[in-house]
Amino acid sequence: MSCCAPGAELPATDLALPSDDDLRLAARDLGDGRWQADLSVPAVHCGACIGTVETALGRLDGVEGARVNLSTRRVSVRWKGDAVPPLVPTLARLGYPPNLASESDAGPDRALSELLRAVAISGFAAGNIMLLSVSVWSGAEGATRDLFHWVSALIALPALAFAGGIYYRSAWSALRHGRMNMDVPIAIGITMAYALSLYETVTSGPHAYFDAAVTLLFFLLIGRTLDHVMRDRARAAVLGLTRLMPRGGVVVDEDGARSYRPLEEIEPGMRVIVAAGERVPVDARVEEGASDLDCAIVTGESAPRAVAPGAEIQAGTLNLTGPLTVTALAPASGSFLAEMMRMMEAAEGGRARYRRIADRVSALYSPVVHLTALASFLGWMMVDGDWHRAITIAIAVLIITCPCALGLAVPIVQVVAARRLFEHGIMVRDGSAMERLAEADHAVFDKTGTLTLGRPRLVNEAEIDREHLQVAAALAAYSRHPLARTIAARAAHTGPAFDAVVEHPGLGIEGGSDGSIWRLGRASWAATSAQDEQGTILSRDGVLIARFASEDTVRPGAAVAVAALAKKLGPVEMLSGDTKIACRDIAAKVNIERCTGELMPQDKVARIERLASEGRKVLMVGDGLNDAPALAAAHVSMAPATAADVGRNAADFVFLRDSLAAVPLALDVARRAGRLVRQNLVLAIAYNVIAVPIAILGYVTPLVAAIAMSASSILVIANALRLMPANRAEQGDALTSLIAPEPAR
Amino acid sequence: MSMLIYLIPVALFLGGSALLGFLWALRSGQYDDLDGAAERVLLDDGASESPAPNIHHRG
Repeated sequence: MSCCAPGAELPATDLALPSDDDLRLAARDLGDGRWQADLSVPAVHCGACIGTVETALGRLDGVEGARVNLSTRRVSVRWKGDAVPPLVPTLARLGYPPNLASESDAGPDRALSELLRAVAISGFAAGNIMLLSVSVWSGAEGATRDLFHWVSALIALPALAFAGGIYYRSAWSALRHGRMNMDVPIAIGITMAYALSLYETVTSGPHAYFDAAVTLLFFLLIGRTLDHVMRDRARAAVLGLTRLMPRGGVVVDEDGARSYRPLEEIEPGMRVIVAAGERVPVDARVEEGASDLDCAIVTGESAPRAVAPGAEIQAGTLNLTGPLTVTALAPASGSFLAEMMRMMEAAEGGRARYRRIADRVSALYSPVVHLTALASFLGWMMVDGDWHRAITIAIAVLIITCPCALGLAVPIVQVVAARRLFEHGIMVRDGSAMERLAEADHAVFDKTGTLTLGRPRLVNEAEIDREHLQVAAALAAYSRHPLARTIAARAAHTGPAFDAVVEHPGLGIEGGSDGSIWRLGRASWAATSAQDEQGTILSRDGVLIARFASEDTVRPGAAVAVAALAKKLGPVEMLSGDTKIACRDIAAKVNIERCTGELMPQDKVARIERLASEGRKVLMVGDGLNDAPALAAAHVSMAPATAADVGRNAADFVFLRDSLAAVPLALDVARRAGRLVRQNLVLAIAYNVIAVPIAILGYVTPLVAAIAMSASSILVIANALRLMPANRAEQGDALTSLIAPEPAR
Repeated sequence: MSMLIYLIPVALFLGGSALLGFLWALRSGQYDDLDGAAERVLLDDGASESPAPNIHHRG
């Protein structure tokens, strides 16, 4: 696979590209007749791609500027004038088929900007206060010490107000709903530390904890930002791949006028034209025309379905070969796609119930910390009755137990783990997904598009005469049918020139050359002598010339992945919407013993729910729209990047490369991350077990607090970094090497 | 100790200007595409000279 050679690699999938009308609906009006649209271009992946795309788009008439964002795999184009420049065809020709960027993630990430600003401000404050604190610790006394404390107090105030605001808001919203989270002790801790230090400063006391309060904030914000960045990165990339459903369709009015209407305005009874290569916008009945529909994302069936007038078709299916005029049967909100969405929401299983390990720990942690602080206050009041001393010690307990290491313990491991997965082309939705994957003990696979690539492969190529193959390829080049595309790709286009090529939807392609009629397609149609045969053939003037046998390609690494999962995880089974014969065939190839075919989407959900009620934690790997409810119902789910957008959005993990070895690899990393998280939590708690008695006994000074806090944080970070590949030997381990290297960058 | 009168303001000023510089870079979208920025240095001049559309702070 060459990188960035324009047009070197035609899009293998039958992508329905957005039309100019779609683009116009999605564009934003900037005023002055200028428009801006964001397109998602998943194929962009290196510097040369940036140059190619920006230069090509910039040359188009009317385009004022184009800028590629490599992190989110998008291009933002600004143009002037009412006519939409040919952006989509240009990108497609260059080998970067675009999709419309979805609305939901348009715009900058406000939360990340706020976190980065907070990190910057708290970092600035922490550095400067630490500078002053070190002078105090080195022996500054009297007026100098007071001056330093006052300056520290001034610097800390805005840092607390702005950077601390994130914690105050989160803690307040948790308390208001009667819940407890890790931010409550943090908010209380830093506020108390600041208040006590201010009191000490006013009364010219020796110890002020400004540095502890702000440094704590700085460390915690780093952890929080890392957590957010990791999630954000995965989200941006997953959404960048999103292929949206059509945003509308061409509606034919009663007087024959055609107009492009957005999806919401298409009502039952309207006549809609669906051109070849477009997706069906709403559930409909065919009125005119004949075609083949790719129903793979709906039923999981690999072979296209031939449709004729009278046939009912579902929203989301892809019209492959001929134009259709259809009558809408349901509004968009009542269509098959919307129905699936509702099923997914109803099925939200393990994900909604799961509580992240950090939340579980903090639910226990906060009360214990606050009770300990209260007990030390009461204890010291009883011992010597000095309330100032008792409060100082109680606050020192709060500061020293402030979950600095605990706040970093989980996110730092998950960031490192996500980074490792990302290097292997696996994207993680969030940290809880990794925790849930580590728990999974039952694997369920879909067939079409998951265990297989969903692309037919020619199995008898060796038996076919080279010359005939070239004739077939030349004919097949005129069709979008999946098998035709496969045949066309098998031979260089050096076959005879055809004239009057006609595609007969559901039957095949016909073309004339040198006075004879060639047909490529269904056996009973193409050749009179082959009435009883099944499959695809090539014929000349009704005489059979060659047979083409095809089967769906098993995804690389499927058998190895299944074997690895069976060993590490537990039972593996296959649920499919395809025919039972096709299922058994694939199951035998990848060594899955238990397989069930001809399942409807709700049957898959039912099976997963039954497993869940037996106490199993199900890992679902699937791709189609028909798998989406099952993906949502499972404890944890994975989908290939080629999946339908709904399936991809429902999945916790998305793997970008073809190989299924990604599944056991992700499991491995998730389990190791789980172990490291637990180790980190133990480290953080062990630190408290040592530090708290020192604080209770009253030996903690600001210097001790600063050292203890930094040391525990560094320890936790160092432990997390053990997840990185330690040496070359590990990088070359068996599982990793199964995954094909990334295309050269 | 009298040099503290100006040393502390100088230290704060330097730190503060670095902070402002960072906030400005953040606001002007220079952190929006870190991967892209790493690759753009390798592009020929002119290839990326088209005026950048307003990709940040649209709200």
